[in-house]
Amino acid sequence: MQLLTPTGHRITVPEEARSPGPDLPTGADPPVSKPRRADPPGGEPTAADIDLPAHVADLTADDLVGLYRDMTLVRRLDEEATSLQRQGELGLWASLRGQEAAQVGSGRALGPHDMAFPSYREHGVAWCRGVDPAAILAIFRGASLGGWAPAEHGFALYSIVVGSQTLHATGYAMGMARDGSDGAAIVYFGDGASSEGDVNEAFGWAGVFGAPLVFFCQNNQWAISEPTRRQSRTEIFHRASGFGFPSVRVDGNDVLACLAVTRWALARARSGRGPVLVEAVTYRMGAHTTADDPTRYRSAAELDAWRRRDPLDRMRAYLSADGLLDEDRERRIALEADTLAHDLRARCTTMPDPAPTSLFDHVQVADNELVSTQRAAFTAQFGADGEDGWRDGPPGPNRPNGPNGNGRKGGLVAGEARVSEEAW
Amino acid sequence: MTSQAVISGEQHGRPGPHDQSAGAGDGGPSPADRPAAAGATTAAAPITMAKALNLGLHAAMAADPKVIVMGEDVGTLGGVFRVTDGLQREFGEARVIDTPLAESAIIGTAIGLAMRGYRPVCEIQFDGFVYPAFDQIVSQLAKLHYRSAGRIRLPVTIRIPFGGGIGAVEHHSESPEAYFCHTAGLKVVACSNPADAHHMIQQAVRSDDPVIFLEPKRRYWEKGTVDARPLAELPPGAASDLHASVVVRTGTDATLVGYGPTVRTCLDAAEVSDADDARSLEVIDLRSLSPLDLGPVLASVRRTGRLVVVHEAPSNVSVSAEVAARVTEEAFYSLESPVLRVTGFDTPYPPARLEDHYLPDVDRILDAVDRSFAY
Ligand SMILES: Cc1ncc(C[n+]2csc(CCOP(=O)(O)OP(=O)(O)O)c2C)c(N)n1
Ligand SMILES: [Mg+2]
Repeated sequence: MQLLTPTGHRITVPEEARSPGPDLPTGADPPVSKPRRADPPGGEPTAADIDLPAHVADLTADDLVGLYRDMTLVRRLDEEATSLQRQGELGLWASLRGQEAAQVGSGRALGPHDMAFPSYREHGVAWCRGVDPAAILAIFRGASLGGWAPAEHGFALYSIVVGSQTLHATGYAMGMARDGSDGAAIVYFGDGASSEGDVNEAFGWAGVFGAPLVFFCQNNQWAISEPTRRQSRTEIFHRASGFGFPSVRVDGNDVLACLAVTRWALARARSGRGPVLVEAVTYRMGAHTTADDPTRYRSAAELDAWRRRDPLDRMRAYLSADGLLDEDRERRIALEADTLAHDLRARCTTMPDPAPTSLFDHVQVADNELVSTQRAAFTAQFGADGEDGWRDGPPGPNRPNGPNGNGRKGGLVAGEARVSEEAW
Repeated sequence: MTSQAVISGEQHGRPGPHDQSAGAGDGGPSPADRPAAAGATTAAAPITMAKALNLGLHAAMAADPKVIVMGEDVGTLGGVFRVTDGLQREFGEARVIDTPLAESAIIGTAIGLAMRGYRPVCEIQFDGFVYPAFDQIVSQLAKLHYRSAGRIRLPVTIRIPFGGGIGAVEHHSESPEAYFCHTAGLKVVACSNPADAHHMIQQAVRSDDPVIFLEPKRRYWEKGTVDARPLAELPPGAASDLHASVVVRTGTDATLVGYGPTVRTCLDAAEVSDADDARSLEVIDLRSLSPLDLGPVLASVRRTGRLVVVHEAPSNVSVSAEVAARVTEEAFYSLESPVLRVTGFDTPYPPARLEDHYLPDVDRILDAVDRSFAY
């Protein structure tokens, strides 16, 4: 397996890393420096025009180690969130394990004037955009529906309705073009999302209006239990040609390749030449979410094959071979990861629940009489902390808050169980 | 004062406006054509609602080769709630289809398949993901029978796990029923317990009209006894009509009406009221939201004079609004106090940490009962 260096020379990583995943659509490791692409419509550049090395030629040794550091910290954050979920601190977690290179590579390609539109798994891109990881945890803890200021970070809110964000990104990019912005937009979506109408409509619109937009598809081989071949008979990157714009497939487990391709695509979009589709071929190494049991639908052998293509191992091999990562530096990064995880855990476990009356906030800009009436009734009956009961007088013994109740609200008098982790 | 909780729907409301009970000449295969569902027993141990639905789907597929199940992750995985578990193994990939990730296509293609004589049972993975299919449901599925002057029948069932209370992330806890009740041409039903779930899913599949079939996801793992014989083998009257509302607890002082997830909450409230307040509350499970079977509700209100309607969906232009309006129209002089409603607030569904404040609970229901008596 070969990796690209900033100067364009290739290095080979150990033999065991060569085994391609069985579901890799090309059946082999796609060479990083030769991304394949659909035949572009007339006048568009061809694959050979993408001079990948040139797009990462400016990286210093520190920058390269920085990419490794990003991936390491993001993985650690992801591991900590998974364990927080197991311990009941989060309701759910969607792990990005295996997709660190695709996310950090593309995320680090973004400039301050660019705008990213994530799905729900882009914790690595969020990291690159300076979003506080605790704000992401708050969403999965059920303490928040949003969590950060999109404009401040150039990073839109997570979007759980699959594919919906691609249209928002298209409109946003159209607006950027109208305003003469020197930025571009990038939208993240999955192989499964590529089946949704919204995504295909976004392709059409972005093409027609020449929107400065990079469609960044992380083909992680699975949409919950369904393999990519259940979504599309053609390679996903081939789709773009039918909509009239170019596309590139890139090894999504190669952080340098992802960085180079995304830089190229963003530069092209910013220069007014319209959208690009990037298909980053990668793998969801974990479950779909903590509620999922992937052993029901995929083999251990497949996971093993992809483990040997682990994006962190590959970058570490590359850096070590070039003498850029010594033990000391690695130890310091590991220490940083520990600190990050420790801090994140503390902030998660002490995160207060939102004030009950906040559920009435921001329903719409204008005052809404129905909502204000309900808020007033809620506050009057219930106290702003939500601790008093709705009924006047002391609670009877069998009420939720009475001696025989279980103290839970929500009608859980009989010790009702929540839907188990089996769900989702 | 005796109160009795009937969990398994043994009491029957009068037949609803569209009688679809077992063997009611709905065009399904005759009982003789029906192989018994594998492992079906009559006096089995209590099973969960998820399992009851699973057995019901199994029976529906065994009874009619035209029944196909389609949706995201319904095949190999057996659905994210495992409601379709084992069906693909049993009936094959041609009848249990893992579809591409596209809700509009799931319903749109089901319409085409139905035009070819199939009976698609579509699963929408969560309530919040039905909206990409909205056009196909309300403008296509609901209207083709009317537009074709009755030439086209679309026996499509759309299963939707709905409602909150499971600590989920956004879009996984919604109650979209009012949108569909507002659309002529659709039937909308909600099961509340395993026995009903088992019968109702089979009745829905046999319906020649499209049915929105709402499953209260936080009740999936609650258990109840189920007569698991296929619908066709049940003695007449053993299963309530698909569109009948049912008195699930008799009472004399006030009437609580719920459906789906709030039936259990109403029953809990009635128990507490009995013990703490010496009030006898009658509880009615609507089961069918469109058409509404208000007969049992009106009969109950004529006796109790007080009505509280409970659902998770917001109140504005909701099922409870319709119930309140019609009870007021038809039983005005029986009412001792205004019809009251305990519902979700008119806000988006809040983050999970606040959902217990949002959802109707025993306390809020009994507060409404107090207000009804204080009127
Ligand atoms: C419109 C819609 N339908 C269904 C779902 C449920 N769902 C959540 S993630 C997912 C699979 C998405 O697969 P993919 O697009 O490949 O992204 P990945 O999860 O692999 O990152 C599904 C079906 C949803 N969130 N939104
Ligand atoms: Mg995927």
